[in-house]
Amino acid sequence: MEVQRRKERIDRGIKVRTESIYAVSSREEAAYLLVPRVSLILGLLLLPIVVQNPYWHRVITVVGVYGLLAIAFDFLAHFVGLVSLGGALAIGVGGYASALANKALGVSSLLAIPLAGLVGGALCTMLLLPCLPLRGIYFAIVTLMYPLVFSRLIEALNILGGTDGIPGVQGFGNPWVESYGIILMLLVWLFGLRRLVNEDLGLILRGVKDNDQAVRASGISVTRYKAVAVFISCSMGCLGGAYLVHLYMWAGISLFAMDFSVIPIAATVIGGGGTLVGPLVGSLILVPISELLREFGTLRIAFYSLILMGFIVLRSEGLMVWAQRRYHQFERWVRI
Amino acid sequence: MDILIYGVINSVSLALMALGFTLVYGISRLPNFAHGALYILAGFLSWVGFRSLHLGYVLSVLLSLALVSLLGMAMYRFFLIRIRGMPISEIIASYAMGLFILEGLRWRGLKGMTFTLPVVVPGSVDILDVPVDYQRLLVVAIGAAVVLGLWSFTHYTRLGLALRGIAQDEQAAMMLGIDSDVMATVATGLGSALAALAALVLLPLGNIVVETGYQVLIYAVAVCIVGGLGSWGGAVLASFLIGFAQIITVAYIQSHFQVVVALLAIILTLIVRPSGLFGRQKELEERV
Amino acid sequence: MGPEEVSSVRTLGKDMSSERPILEVEGIGRAFGGLQALRDVSFSLWPGEILGVIGPNGSGKTTLVNVITGFIKPEQGKIRFKGREISGLPPHRVADMGLVRTFQIMRPYYSLEAYRNLIVPLNSPRARRMGLGRWGERETVSLDILEEIGFERDSFVPYKKASALPTGYLKRLELARCLALKPEVIIADELFSGLSASEIASLVPLIEKLQMSGMTFIMVEHRLRELFSLANRVLALDFGTLISQGSPKEVMENPRVREAYLGPGGGD
Repeated sequence: MEVQRRKERIDRGIKVRTESIYAVSSREEAAYLLVPRVSLILGLLLLPIVVQNPYWHRVITVVGVYGLLAIAFDFLAHFVGLVSLGGALAIGVGGYASALANKALGVSSLLAIPLAGLVGGALCTMLLLPCLPLRGIYFAIVTLMYPLVFSRLIEALNILGGTDGIPGVQGFGNPWVESYGIILMLLVWLFGLRRLVNEDLGLILRGVKDNDQAVRASGISVTRYKAVAVFISCSMGCLGGAYLVHLYMWAGISLFAMDFSVIPIAATVIGGGGTLVGPLVGSLILVPISELLREFGTLRIAFYSLILMGFIVLRSEGLMVWAQRRYHQFERWVRI
Repeated sequence: MDILIYGVINSVSLALMALGFTLVYGISRLPNFAHGALYILAGFLSWVGFRSLHLGYVLSVLLSLALVSLLGMAMYRFFLIRIRGMPISEIIASYAMGLFILEGLRWRGLKGMTFTLPVVVPGSVDILDVPVDYQRLLVVAIGAAVVLGLWSFTHYTRLGLALRGIAQDEQAAMMLGIDSDVMATVATGLGSALAALAALVLLPLGNIVVETGYQVLIYAVAVCIVGGLGSWGGAVLASFLIGFAQIITVAYIQSHFQVVVALLAIILTLIVRPSGLFGRQKELEERV
Repeated sequence: MGPEEVSSVRTLGKDMSSERPILEVEGIGRAFGGLQALRDVSFSLWPGEILGVIGPNGSGKTTLVNVITGFIKPEQGKIRFKGREISGLPPHRVADMGLVRTFQIMRPYYSLEAYRNLIVPLNSPRARRMGLGRWGERETVSLDILEEIGFERDSFVPYKKASALPTGYLKRLELARCLALKPEVIIADELFSGLSASEIASLVPLIEKLQMSGMTFIMVEHRLRELFSLANRVLALDFGTLISQGSPKEVMENPRVREAYLGPGGGD
């Protein structure tokens, strides 16, 4: 009889040791935990310094915005169970809100961005409220429709600047603020969300994803918590949209473009869903490629769609999921 | 009076656009978000055949119908079948496929006034003092024929009954020996063919542009939700409701608001009666 | 032990004549398409009792639970809990009032650890109102509850992800989820299904202890022997109608009940 073997995965010893609170007491274990996190933070912080070319400097900022969107998508999809096909909704609402705050109300750009994040987030949540008590497919459909309809509306009614958009939006004034603003926001949200999903609010949301009926049976209003999660996610997107508007000093229909809906999904799928850092990595990969392909126009979107299709159909787990597995566990073949 | 006539025409147009989508969802619970893309693709292929390859109108139309139908079946058989049963993945994957087609076509230059298809019969006639193109009459005729044809197909032919069986209760139908994957492939092929048919009869009334692809998707989804996901009768009724609402909006407010009507219809339905007009309650929440 | 020997043991320790029912179900009817799942079902539940609900598959037991707890709306009839009408209320409101349930198809939060499964209900408005888990205490409270239902305390079991736990533990987790809300009534939908005799034997004392401390139970069960060792009264459903009500012995001697379980000409 031939020998049959299977792959076995076991947590590395050091991983198990670091799960207790005594992790900080040993240098080796502290390093195990800190090295990935610190290299990520340092890497991001050094990026604007290392990259000299002003064009690519701007690309870093755009990467940051997409990263924010992608993390927001991952949060909603893998920690709450709501798949949003309309990242463009948040970008558009946030972007226009910030532009209006800046031009119509005279709010300075550094204030307008958080303002747009809050107000835009609230607005998006209200728009999505009707689908929250229902099954996830309705949320997906409605998030898909809104950006398409809004861009059409703006164009047809010629409101909010129509196809020309709102020009003359205030910029950042300082290239370092421009680059580091988004990176700091990104890091705050990334680590903040990682904390959140292990706190009470996050646990309830993860419960909703696993089994919303059981959450209801515990006396908790699922719709209310979904609304909170949607608000968080949309606020992130609105912050990103507001940032873009002050980066380009212009707000237009392109804020509702398909790119903003598709790239976060592709970035999450490639980078690894459920990890919150995976989508960031995915954006770091996809957005520069997207810039390189700029001359192909909208064929880029066709390209991401292809990647997205491939990953989904092949049910690949994504980069960071694979990487985390290799880091935390080792595999070996054992005899059955 | 013209509201009545144009209302009917618009409603039938919407129904034609939506029936393909409703069919596929009703039978195999597959939301085919590439529906709008297939619609435009059919128009494009027909254009290629007619204007570029000079194949003759009828041949171009038939070829594009066949090709789109085959493409739909291939999409299911080689891609969507692998993620069957995971609705969110199905939406993302089929949407990605639609995006691929539409944005690919856009890159190819499908915008502006360049791409048009001629109407089948030029000219118009006056009905009750309202001028109506023959093409639009053709739309109504074909729409009625499709609805009647679908109804008799699903009630009187073996294949149609099998499709209905799967639609009503997949497990029971499978126990009777009906292969649900084969049926899903057939349904997708049929749904794609309907999308193509709708395109070929409606696109001559305008240009072939990529934007219409997204619009058709929005309308199809709106009709489906308002009518109740999975209900064909509901879809027809919903098309009339939305169709007339749109025409009235055009007449009394502004023609640009048409798309808003569709969105409002979706939101209103989700707030007031989420299962739609004829939808079944259990569509909404998970089984307990 | 058959139902005959058992029924004399399980009478309630207190005099029920002056009490009001804690739950009143009147004339409940519900259909799904052409199928009448429940038809004119009425009964009362007295505080502190364990009411068993039996019936063959498809008799409407789980539908009844769903209707009472608000997961499905009744088409006819009313339900009153502690004197207040609850028919038509959404499930989280019903649970908030103290009427909780377990699920026949187990629904733990698979991606969360066992003890975190309880932190979710400890965050509910009810738990907060009752001061059951103040900030910082929740983990301890959760571990306490788990210990109460039989999870070994100083082991790694409470820290394992729910997806890694066997059925016996998951069933207890379902019960623990209810206990975290300090409910007044627990409706246990087939709690014993999938458990071995010894696992059930270790759950029975827990339920008795809970009853002793004032908890009221409705237990929907197929495992009649184990149920009858606990239940004070039993309801029998068949095809959506209530065909018998009374002590376990009375219900099992009812010919209609025998027929429902064993077929026409049902055995002796």
